[in-house]
Amino acid sequence: MSDAGFEVTEEPGGVLRIAGSLTVRNIAVLQERLAALRAPEGLTVDLSAVRQMDTAGAWALVRFPAQAIEGASEGHALLLDTVRRALPQPDEPPDRPRGLTPFLEETGRRVMTGLAFLAALTGYLGLFLARLFRMILRPGEFRLTALVAHAEDVGLRAVPIVALMAFLIGVVLAFQGSAQLRQFGAEVFVVDLIAISILRELGILLTAIIVAGRTASAFTAAIGSMKMREEIDAMRTLGLDPATVLFVPRILALLLMLPILGLIANVMGLLGGALMAWVELGISPAMFRTRLVEGTDISHVFVGLVKAPVFAIIIGVVGCHAGMQVKGNAESLGRMTSNAVVTAIFAVIVADALFSIFFAQVGL
Amino acid sequence: MSGADEREVVIRVRGLRNQFGSHVVHDGLDLDVYRGEILGVVGGSGTGKSVLLRAITGLQEPAAGSIEVFGVDVLHGSEESRATLDDRWGVMFQDGALFSSLTVRENVEVPMRDIPGLPSAIRRDLADLKISLVGLPYLAGDKYPSELSGGMRKRAGLARALALDPEIVFLDEPTAGLDPIGASAFDELIRNLSRSLGLTVFLVTHDLDTLHAICDRIAVLAEKKVLVTGRMRDMLTVDHPWVHEYFTGPRARAAQDSAASDDREEGAV
Repeated sequence: MSDAGFEVTEEPGGVLRIAGSLTVRNIAVLQERLAALRAPEGLTVDLSAVRQMDTAGAWALVRFPAQAIEGASEGHALLLDTVRRALPQPDEPPDRPRGLTPFLEETGRRVMTGLAFLAALTGYLGLFLARLFRMILRPGEFRLTALVAHAEDVGLRAVPIVALMAFLIGVVLAFQGSAQLRQFGAEVFVVDLIAISILRELGILLTAIIVAGRTASAFTAAIGSMKMREEIDAMRTLGLDPATVLFVPRILALLLMLPILGLIANVMGLLGGALMAWVELGISPAMFRTRLVEGTDISHVFVGLVKAPVFAIIIGVVGCHAGMQVKGNAESLGRMTSNAVVTAIFAVIVADALFSIFFAQVGL
Repeated sequence: MSGADEREVVIRVRGLRNQFGSHVVHDGLDLDVYRGEILGVVGGSGTGKSVLLRAITGLQEPAAGSIEVFGVDVLHGSEESRATLDDRWGVMFQDGALFSSLTVRENVEVPMRDIPGLPSAIRRDLADLKISLVGLPYLAGDKYPSELSGGMRKRAGLARALALDPEIVFLDEPTAGLDPIGASAFDELIRNLSRSLGLTVFLVTHDLDTLHAICDRIAVLAEKKVLVTGRMRDMLTVDHPWVHEYFTGPRARAAQDSAASDDREEGAV
């Protein structure tokens, strides 16, 4: 017996004797040996000396264009027959258009998908507002317990991370600012730098980004897993409106909490900046405060915090919408959760840019 | 059951004890599975049918007892001897347990990737053969598990379990969640594959029709062990309240009637 575990011998009279075992482990060698035979059509395959055969071996024999197969044991004949009947019939792949068409089609499809997504988000925003106003008219439908629970989750639990982040941003700004401003002997302007950048932009923007990462994903995961287990469908059949029960308390909680978180971030950012300015530049806290009150207009705080409700609605609507897009499998839940975070952060930054343009135009 | 002892025992379970915390699922469980048979394992909910399957395939560490498959000690055998078992058995999990990031064809190819010197073209063709063998259409090979129906996923799971021509296949509730037509088609598939590939089938099921239609022998789990094994007609004479209720209840009678009428039709043809 050869190393391959089988033996193929051509005998006079057009008989091909195969002996040994024909399995998936030596099928590659077997195929080579069979392919090397001249005029296979005239051969009769004799399997009487085959010890072992699995579906792979049977498949190779069935595909071998011999005249006949003889001498197979009962079990092997049954196997050959089963494989012969199961031999896959490849379907013709459908014709694909060539040239520029697929590219244009794909581009068009993507643009339409994007537009449909924006339309759907707008629809969810409308749904939220409609349900909110209905609740104002009919306060009995309002779910205070759910609102408080979500507010705790979205707001209170986010305070440590938001505060730490803002504090460190303040420290970094003071440190970097002092290094640059010292070259001009304008160290004291580091207070303006910190105050304006944190109050106007960084405090609320970074808070919104952290909340987008934390909360948009949580909304999507919570609503998505309810969607997956058909809880949402069950709600509908029980006469509960998912928008009222799920969306309104969540988005409203975010709407109330994000400005508060933004305010905390502002305070912590200034604290961090003041600390670093004291350590690095010797600007005492009292001096920092005087300079802050004199040099920084209150409008900066207003410009910063007015963005918070908008960011909150963006994050909430994106999170709830993504949750409702989850299909019946865990895979789509994971995909939609990460989609929600990416979309929410991106949308928050785009909105921030639009705000900047707007405030520049109106001169605030 | 007199002739049974002469046949080769492929799975031998002795004194198996499984427990989760203080909850004992199996205690002193003995079971033999013979080569080439289709063994149906039945039992009420919570009697540990799936736990038994998991213990035999080494997925669940039992608290005590011994399990031998082809004479190899599953629990205490060496790493190498246990590795040889992986090629000799295949497991079909309840919902197929297909890898969701791979297409059906790639799923079936996974076990074949370990075979040295198997060219990818042949591997692909063999995967297509297995897919067709379990009755899936050719184009199903390119689909992802999430695009398939429950019945198709089960078939694809079976195709993966059969990828390396195992000698034993373990099937966990193969007909659960299938409509009656799909379930009986799956029964027939298992019987045909078992006969033509010489498979030993270890089948966990609740489905009385499956038991009637394809099982050579039935093992009933109750009171933390295999209470009784035997053919379907032996079950009817067992004097145990649960077994009696299970095999002579209204559903059982319906299944029995339909199996009997099938037999008559086959006889007529």
